[in-house]
Amino acid sequence: MNIEVVVFGVSFVVALGSSIAMLFAKNAVHVALFLVAAQVALALTFLLQGAYFIAAVQIIVYAGAIMVLFLFVVMLLGVDRREALIEPLSGQRTIAVGLGALLAAEIVYVAVKGTEFVIGGRGEDALVTINEDPGNVKALARALFSDYLLPFEATSVLLVVAIVGVMVLARRMGHEGFLRETTEDEGSEGAETDAEVPA
Amino acid sequence: MTSVSPEYFLALAGLMFTIGVVGALTRRNAIVIFMFIELMLNAVNLAFVTFSRMHGTVDGQVVVFFVLVVAAAEVVVGLAIIISIFRRRRSANVDDVNLLKW
Amino acid sequence: MTFAASTLPTDEATFAQLIFGAPLLGAVLLLFFGKRLGKLSGIIGSATVGIAFVFGVLSFMDLTSIATGHGENARVLTKSWFTWIEVGDFNVHMSLVIDQLSIVMVFVITGVGFLIHVYSIGYMSSEENYGRFFAYLNLFIAAMLLLVLGDNLLVMFIGWEGVGLCSYLLIGFWFEDRANATAAKKAFVVNRIGDFSFLLGIFLLAVSAGTLTFAGINESAVSGAIGGSMATVGALLLFGGAAGKSAQIPLYVWLPDAMAGPTPVSALIHAATMVTAGVYMVARTFPLFEAASFDVLLLVAWVGGATAVITAIVAAAEYDIKKILAYSTISQLGYMFLALGVGAYSIAIFHLVTHAFFKALMFLGSGSVMHALDGETDVRRMGGLRKVMPITGWTFMMGWLAICGIVPFSGFFSKDAILAGAWADGQYVLWGLGVATAALTAFYMSRLYLRVFEGGVVMPEGTHAHDAPPTMAAALIPLGILSLAAGALNFPGGLTFEHFLEPVLGEPEVAHGLTAWLLGGAATVVAVGGIAVAWALYLRAGGLQVRDRTERMLGPAVRAARNKLYVDRTYETLILQPGRDLAVFCTEVVDRKIIDGAVNGTGKLVAGSSELLRRLQTGYVRNYAAAFLVGVVVVFSILIVRVAA
Repeated sequence: MNIEVVVFGVSFVVALGSSIAMLFAKNAVHVALFLVAAQVALALTFLLQGAYFIAAVQIIVYAGAIMVLFLFVVMLLGVDRREALIEPLSGQRTIAVGLGALLAAEIVYVAVKGTEFVIGGRGEDALVTINEDPGNVKALARALFSDYLLPFEATSVLLVVAIVGVMVLARRMGHEGFLRETTEDEGSEGAETDAEVPA
Repeated sequence: MTSVSPEYFLALAGLMFTIGVVGALTRRNAIVIFMFIELMLNAVNLAFVTFSRMHGTVDGQVVVFFVLVVAAAEVVVGLAIIISIFRRRRSANVDDVNLLKW
Repeated sequence: MTFAASTLPTDEATFAQLIFGAPLLGAVLLLFFGKRLGKLSGIIGSATVGIAFVFGVLSFMDLTSIATGHGENARVLTKSWFTWIEVGDFNVHMSLVIDQLSIVMVFVITGVGFLIHVYSIGYMSSEENYGRFFAYLNLFIAAMLLLVLGDNLLVMFIGWEGVGLCSYLLIGFWFEDRANATAAKKAFVVNRIGDFSFLLGIFLLAVSAGTLTFAGINESAVSGAIGGSMATVGALLLFGGAAGKSAQIPLYVWLPDAMAGPTPVSALIHAATMVTAGVYMVARTFPLFEAASFDVLLLVAWVGGATAVITAIVAAAEYDIKKILAYSTISQLGYMFLALGVGAYSIAIFHLVTHAFFKALMFLGSGSVMHALDGETDVRRMGGLRKVMPITGWTFMMGWLAICGIVPFSGFFSKDAILAGAWADGQYVLWGLGVATAALTAFYMSRLYLRVFEGGVVMPEGTHAHDAPPTMAAALIPLGILSLAAGALNFPGGLTFEHFLEPVLGEPEVAHGLTAWLLGGAATVVAVGGIAVAWALYLRAGGLQVRDRTERMLGPAVRAARNKLYVDRTYETLILQPGRDLAVFCTEVVDRKIIDGAVNGTGKLVAGSSELLRRLQTGYVRNYAAAFLVGVVVVFSILIVRVAA
């Protein structure tokens, strides 16, 4: 058996398994950890398909930075909170699962039957050649700084906007800080805040 | 390059995407919903990488790069919004935020 | 005749635009500054009309300085400002024309208009809206001058509508009183019927003749380019307009009510000038009437004759001094149409001129009486006033004798010429109608004059009658002289007036020799007879008993005449009431139920359906996300099915 098939099988099982586990994990921290597992497994599939740089970035940025941020916020808001098992919205679960299954079936059908519609490419061998010369990172950099320069610059603007926006959103409002006791004690809220929240 | 045919990767991407959809629709914790959205983004990334392989160009990978950047920005802003909602409502449950209705 | 080319006509009439520009300037000035100018506005108003008269005289001298001649060599001065409408071959120029006909009208309008302006200075002196009155009056003069000076139907129509507007404004001058406002509205609406007909006539002629200039239309009519049925319909439509403006059957009902306006207005607009616009218009376009295959002119004559007799009968039964004069005006206008109908166009214009003098005089005289008697208008409460107010009395007598047709007063010559024209045309029945009208006219005018000015002095209690103040007398005396002497214009020996108008209006058929003498004699006899009857009934001792006996004998006829022959009531039942019912139907059923129902129904439908649909907005983000999913699945499914197919 080909080692690549083995690697794919492992990553397939891990990715799908931890995704499904995310659905059933009650604790937000567990959900985050399953997501990290799924992302690492996905990084493996990226490697298998010759996207070396993306695989590395996937681990560093996603599984590293972003997930740490998620965990941080989960911890900040309280890990103890558990969701109730009862679904308050009637029909929501039925729609989600039913249509989700239908959507999955459709996507898989297209994935299996529809690859012939991928047209205009130079074939898998071309990517192999590129990865050998000039190499995956260089090829990516060339594309990024020539054909995709404008979107690249736009993302830098996007990041600045995001940073400023976050600062506006998260800054302290008056005496109200988000570091105050958050778990219980609704009564300690200022009257001022109560007035701002309509019932 | 792998001998595993791209259909399997695409099927994996599709399944993960659907799981993300179902999770986002059924969970109530805003942060958890957010994580399912990240799962959907990752599934799409896989599809892009697979298409990049099938086409034999790096363009798909460039798109994935952009998705990563946008996802980072989105996570930062989204989490800030969740925190400010939490500050007002003492809750991260999205069902508690339902003022905008008839 | 000369005919205008399609290019801008020549530019010879130097004073034409000044004639009508002066009163227009006065109107603008007074409209904006009338309040601030106070008593000065009367002088400005009169002066601008006087200036217009002077320019009229200058134009007249221009006109006479051109080599005279008949037919082809008619003297015409034109003045063009600009091309107003230019569509393909169809041109309308903003141009004025001065010829014999329009200069006569200019003299009447500015001359009588000036005197009435002067009269108004005294008559309206206690009026609050003094400036507004003169502004309207000047505007009227300007519009009327544009009407008669316009060299095509469209320019004439501007003036036509302008005088209609001023008439409306001045009838309703004291609009605080509901009756006056109603009378103004009635005049406007009835005029509108005629104006609509006129407008249709203009459209028809624009299509069939391809031009709107009088010269062009008349040429087309003479050459047969518009002949037969087209000319018939065109002439009928134009006559419809004339009947509305000049108060002929069936559209005369507005004129008696128009007496609600100030008396100078009645004199100027509703006796001397505006109401004669229809006569002028028919005279201007007479070749068209002659070209008609159906004898439209005969219809004109019969309408005129019938109007003359019928309104004379009503006038004989009226007690309101101004209403008597109003019906008399309609009757005299009927005479003019009778003259037009028998082809005596220049005689119709001649009667127009003399009538303008004596009728304006009598209206102003009646205004003087009302002024003296605190607004009293009922002749039964007046008597012997000539002793109290000699100037008014003597001048009114001039007018009375003129309208009765007594030699040598102006009315005799014009009325006699009309009757002679009817006879000469072979229309003996119409001649009979004319003679009957003459007798009736002599009767009712004598009834008015003798009651008011002769016999013992009768006045409403508490009034201190006084004679006309200087400005009023200054208008009455010249008009009295003109009423007496205007016959000289067309003295049977010279016929100066007819010959002057001949290039424009042609030569009328008249009776000659012994016939003429006999006809004139007959007219005089009936006039004297009418006066004698009136004297017997109203002035002679014991006349009252005779009057009672006659009234009893003629019971129903007198009652009918007292009720204006039930014309207003017939219109009320046949036209107004159905119209009112239709309006009620439109508001109550069509508007309230159908239109409002549709509008409200739409609103209710939207409100009801949104009541259901708003339930979709649950406020739960996850519901909305589920809707996303539904959409995605549906679109995806459609795509798969389409690509697979």
